[in-house]
Amino acid sequence: MSLPSLNQPFVVGSIPTAIGAAPQVGASTAWPDRWGSIKARWGVERMHYTVEPGLYGLGHPHERSPVLVTANYKMSFDRLRQALPGRDVWILVLDTQGINVWCAAGKRTFGTTELVRRIEASALPRIVAHRELILPQLAGPGVAAHQVKKLCGFQVVYGPIRATDLPAFLDSGRKATAPMRIKTFSTWERLVLIPVELVSAAKWALMILPAFFLLGGLGGAAPFWSNALNDGIFAVIALLSGLAAGVFFTPLLLPWLPGRPFALKGLGMGLLAALILAALRRPDFGNAQSCLEMLAWFFLVPALSAYLGMNFTGCSTYTSLSGVKKEMKWAVPLEITGGVIGLGLWLGSRWMA
Amino acid sequence: MGRMIYLKDVVTLALDPEKCVGCGLCLVVCPHAVLGMNAKRARIEDRDACMECGACAQNCPTGAVTVQAGVGCAAAVINAALGRKGDSCCCVIEPTDQGLAQRSDKSQRRRCC
Repeated sequence: MSLPSLNQPFVVGSIPTAIGAAPQVGASTAWPDRWGSIKARWGVERMHYTVEPGLYGLGHPHERSPVLVTANYKMSFDRLRQALPGRDVWILVLDTQGINVWCAAGKRTFGTTELVRRIEASALPRIVAHRELILPQLAGPGVAAHQVKKLCGFQVVYGPIRATDLPAFLDSGRKATAPMRIKTFSTWERLVLIPVELVSAAKWALMILPAFFLLGGLGGAAPFWSNALNDGIFAVIALLSGLAAGVFFTPLLLPWLPGRPFALKGLGMGLLAALILAALRRPDFGNAQSCLEMLAWFFLVPALSAYLGMNFTGCSTYTSLSGVKKEMKWAVPLEITGGVIGLGLWLGSRWMA
Repeated sequence: MGRMIYLKDVVTLALDPEKCVGCGLCLVVCPHAVLGMNAKRARIEDRDACMECGACAQNCPTGAVTVQAGVGCAAAVINAALGRKGDSCCCVIEPTDQGLAQRSDKSQRRRCC
């Protein structure tokens, strides 16, 4: 039996319990918490943004206080305590290896086994007089409420999806309204997911963009640097616009883009990007090389954007695995073919002039 | 703006009304209000809104609700096809092949959705 360390930066005090001093936390977050959250959104130290698993006290909980369960991803933990100013509750943090509630539930690390183990390790039956646990609704894929009851006697109550609805849920006698049970995917919810995708795409871009820039210098009529600064730079701009179309604009405009498959949404956005590029580039229709180059981008940019759009399914809150597999059956071959044809045309255009 | 719905007629969700005891927990855990109650038994009301998260089946005490649960994530499907470890898109640990394995744990790159 053990309790989490008191020596964590967000711990403000301690609460005596039957098995020792439990760390006490407050509802307010400080700038290191907020900065940590921003960094995680940009993928910095995201896999190590954790709190120690175990039992914490928010405010001054006693034996009749509710027990709320969460993941040991620090952002999950912080969102929970932030939602409960002025309340006295226990927070039981499960070891989900730093993953948020929903993703961890999908992998069963936020699951029945870990929950039961953590209840025992924290001596919860000796600390609280009741036998009720409030779990986030999104823990559902990992936890079987009836089995928890059978294994350790605690009754699982599924609270609202969003921590911000918890005060209303608690005050109404554990009643969640219908909207509290629906997972939304609002513009803001989509927007905060973009940075991590952007960082991951940028890692690839840093390898590919210089290659296109230098290849732009080869072939062509003018000297190397003159070509690179014209065709090479345009190639870089074209690829960046494909990236922006797939990683930024497709998620941002998701509900308004035509089609249901994400690859199709990305494809549409990519075609739009290619049209804008063509309008800016104004290819010389009398010149075969110029036409070929522009045609190449009409394959490459939509293919790239379709692929990146398709990848956003993993971030979305409403795509099913069966649906994603169905979409990928046609989308992946289309993206690869488009990419290969586009690359062939572009390389061809380099050696034509 | 209405609710977002993914592809039509693809999900594996099924409900056996004979086994349903009407506890209603599947309605509670579903994040997309796919299920409803009818004459003290659950029924599927909005099949295409289902994302196969598996919460309903996991919390059904009698096995009346079934679904092939999984994470609808293209990156995870690609990773699985390429033989990378991890079954979902969050935190895929890339494999260390024999040559790299001895080097260090740092050769394990992690990627998240």
